[in-house]
Amino acid sequence: MLKAEIFVYLKKSISDPPGIAVLNSLKSLGFNNVEKVRMGKYIVVYLNENDIEKAEEQVKLMCEKLLCNPVMEEYKFNISEE
Amino acid sequence: MKFGVVVFPGSNCDSDCFHVIKDVINEDVEYIWHDSDEKLTGFDCIILPGGFSYGDYLRAGAIARFSRVMPRIEEFAQNGGLVIGICNGFQILTESHLLPGALIRNKNLKFICSDQYVKVVNTNTPFTNLYKEGEVINLPIAHGEGNYVVDDETLKQMIQNQQIVLQYCDKYGNVNDETNPNGSILNIAGICNKEKNVFGLMPHPERSSEKILGCEDGKRVFLSIVNYLKSR
Repeated sequence: MLKAEIFVYLKKSISDPPGIAVLNSLKSLGFNNVEKVRMGKYIVVYLNENDIEKAEEQVKLMCEKLLCNPVMEEYKFNISEE
Repeated sequence: MKFGVVVFPGSNCDSDCFHVIKDVINEDVEYIWHDSDEKLTGFDCIILPGGFSYGDYLRAGAIARFSRVMPRIEEFAQNGGLVIGICNGFQILTESHLLPGALIRNKNLKFICSDQYVKVVNTNTPFTNLYKEGEVINLPIAHGEGNYVVDDETLKQMIQNQQIVLQYCDKYGNVNDETNPNGSILNIAGICNKEKNVFGLMPHPERSSEKILGCEDGKRVFLSIVNYLKSR
């Protein structure tokens, strides 16, 4: 069994309203050295698969097809044995 | 002349659209279930109505975009058929790349439900030909993810091709940050594709198509479609 941890986040050029709200809240709590906050998604996919290369290919396809919208988002992922 | 209203799990403005076509503008209309794989023959215009829940967990419209009916709608649009996506329908159209750009969370993070002045900036489309250029109309908006984003290069092309159809404004037609409810780039409320046969908008014209609802400014979207189809 392989575990793919996928991070989907907005492209740098896209403004991130939830990130800005969290930034303002952190500042109001006194964390004045926080400069920027970006919010994203953390998705875990478990694969009934032992071949890491094959899993990488599949996860890439999953991201490009459904999990990430390439118009506004980017992604990265780690695959490990569960 | 026949309209089709696609019903996704989570659609909640499907009946409103059906009612406007059938009882207000008196045209033929049929529901189309999202899981249908049947070829869309005999239809002149397909409506993707507003709604919630379907795919919102990931991104609005992201899962709906893979419904079995969607390849049929793409085929229909490629053959010149008219497709209009309202609110969630607009999100589905951008997710399926029938329209450029994407819709992200409103700038103020609030779900907005209010009347909104909108300027018709392009009347040279099958969906807006009965409005006057620059006319300010009043349409309801109800969305949490209506903040339209697009990369600079695509936006430049969209401006060149006159794909921006509606912009948020005030009652005098001023288009600026103060009259922008959700943070959309250039106050964009509605756009069309290059070929002008696919139209997506966040405001709900079907909810302002009858006097009894307080305003009928939205009715001319549907009458424009009929007008276009008749004169074709």
